[in-house]
Amino acid sequence: MTGFVRSLVLREARLLFRRPAELVNPLIFFALVVALFPLAVGPQAELLRELSPGLIWVAALLAVLLSLDGLFRSDYEDGSLEQWMLSPRPLAVLVLAKVLTHWVISGLALVLLSPVLALMLGLPSQCLGTLILSLLLGTPTLSLLGAIGAALTVGLRRGGLLLALLILPLYIPVLILGSGALQASLQGMSSSGQLLWLGSLAVLTLTLSPFAISAGLRISVGE
Amino acid sequence: MTWTLFHKLGSPKWFYEISSRWLPGLACAAVLLLVTGTVWGLVFAPEDYQQGNSFRIIYIHVPAAFLAQSGYIFLAVAGLISLVWKMKLADVALQAAAPVGAWMTVLALVTGSIWGKPTWGTWWVWDARLTSMLILLFLYFGVIALGQAITNRDSAAKACSVLALVGVVNIPIIKYSVEWWNTLHQPATFTLTRKPAMPAEMWLPLLIMVVGFYCFFAVVVLMRMRLAVLQRESRTAWVKAEIERTMPKRTLR
Amino acid sequence: MYNAAGKRPFTVFLITAVSSSTLCNGGRAVTFPLLEARALTCERDQRVLFEHLDLRVEAGEMVQVAGPNGSGKTSLLRLLAGLMSPTAGEVQWRGRAVTAQRHSMARELVWIGHRAGLKELLSPEENLAWWSALHHPAARRSIGEALDAVGLRGFEDVPCYMLSAGQQRRVALARLYLAPSSLWLLDEPFTALDRDAVEQLEAHLAIHCERGGLVVFTTHHRLEKQPSRYRQLDLAAWAA
Repeated sequence: MTGFVRSLVLREARLLFRRPAELVNPLIFFALVVALFPLAVGPQAELLRELSPGLIWVAALLAVLLSLDGLFRSDYEDGSLEQWMLSPRPLAVLVLAKVLTHWVISGLALVLLSPVLALMLGLPSQCLGTLILSLLLGTPTLSLLGAIGAALTVGLRRGGLLLALLILPLYIPVLILGSGALQASLQGMSSSGQLLWLGSLAVLTLTLSPFAISAGLRISVGE
Repeated sequence: MTWTLFHKLGSPKWFYEISSRWLPGLACAAVLLLVTGTVWGLVFAPEDYQQGNSFRIIYIHVPAAFLAQSGYIFLAVAGLISLVWKMKLADVALQAAAPVGAWMTVLALVTGSIWGKPTWGTWWVWDARLTSMLILLFLYFGVIALGQAITNRDSAAKACSVLALVGVVNIPIIKYSVEWWNTLHQPATFTLTRKPAMPAEMWLPLLIMVVGFYCFFAVVVLMRMRLAVLQRESRTAWVKAEIERTMPKRTLR
Repeated sequence: MYNAAGKRPFTVFLITAVSSSTLCNGGRAVTFPLLEARALTCERDQRVLFEHLDLRVEAGEMVQVAGPNGSGKTSLLRLLAGLMSPTAGEVQWRGRAVTAQRHSMARELVWIGHRAGLKELLSPEENLAWWSALHHPAARRSIGEALDAVGLRGFEDVPCYMLSAGQQRRVALARLYLAPSSLWLLDEPFTALDRDAVEQLEAHLAIHCERGGLVVFTTHHRLEKQPSRYRQLDLAAWAA
């Protein structure tokens, strides 16, 4: 079992690193969206600092969503998913390993990029710890929920916009808690409550979403 | 015994026959209840001592909000039945109910915002319950959009079932997170378990309206389901006979 | 746990399959079908492709699914594999519904679809290594031998997108040399292959059947070399 998960992780990592654009594009998108806001609302440092928790979280959420659109698409188009369905391995384990590998590579890059963007928006450096922690706890939930949508829309020719429509409402709790944590630390209050909630949401989605993702994939492949 | 009933319910022909017997009664009940409730609520119920006559919009707003939420739970239950027992009728029910539920949500949102104008002074306030209702509308849109995007009928129904189930697990989380986000809101107007703070002359018509809305919902969903069943089963002998009976002049090709 | 169990079923299968075919003594009456479709109806987008289709495939049999374009050949294969669920009817493997035993059937099945499930960014060796990790754990040496058998020696490390269509098809077909599985479901396996490769594949399929395996495949190509228990299934006969 462990050997097989290892070879899955290796395969996913190879595929991601051999097409680095797909890895880098969401990061550029993240930076670009953050850069749009000062241009839209004006460069006042005070205003930007106050808005920064929400801005960073909305941008991160959209970047994660964007990176997930192609999560299963190439596997669907070249028939790999059929092989997955017809393998003796449990599909839920397969998809969980795949989504987590994707998160470790693309999600972590996002988390690492975020402090730079936060400093550009004027977020005080003592909030950076909370920022990183909230993104670390929140983005796995975003990836797993998004993977459900990606699985359901993988067979559609233009699934990208539909994916956003299906999944963004489900992202709202993470958005509220994540930006709430950052807001609290910006006001000098403790953010441990929100962080703990983010952690429990991550555990909940980690437990339930693999079944929804594999059900979605079976429906899309069986079409 | 219950299982045979359950499987009978799955048979489109049986459903079509039994629903044609239920429909007239349900439709009469819906009209009766809605007319009684509206007249009682808008004309005879006493004025609110704080909000005056503007409170009367709750006779539309609260039932619509009830139906919006129950409608989504209905989708999830139909989805569960469709996924677990592979009952085709549950697929039909899910797709028939989704737009009706969405309209109820729109109605709740519009009446809520109209109510907001005299109460809060603006058309829209980011109040926790209005915001949750808006998110619920997006969840409905998701189910409808997914159902329309997938061309294969069975896959579309199954995909909607999965989405509705994921949505229903998320609804409480969304609801509580939104409430936590905005703790400035009125306490819930009407609960079934607690004795309401309103006088009986006020909440009785409300109760009648809620029941009337449920009947109306049932009638509309049943009618939509009957049409969908006819379309799905259009090749079978009983549908051809039924169309022959109801529209003898036209021949079905 | 999979490593240990993954190798066992085929040997067991070979014994049962061979014993069942010797039991029947050439007479058809006593044999039992391993793969069976009962009253299968397939409807796609409000169009019925075939109705009440019955199919019994016994050990050692090869079935070529024939029929014009759009008659539902691929759909039938997908139904047999359990990738799709039928509008009506049931598919059984060893007497049990395929949907109820996905895992045990998967151990005995090789499926090569129209889209073969190759990753263009990976090399043939990496593709096969992943496939065998997914289905039947195989040593690196046997992967090399399988690639050798389909004539891809020297291409082990070339990314698949640099290979021709025929070579990519060969990478997919190398699975048939790798996995000790009994049931092969192949959708258009001869597409894009050159004459030598076609000949070799025909021989390989025939050997598999002679050893008690089952092959169900679709093709418009006429087989030169047929095993003793070969038959055609014409889907046009079951059309609605």
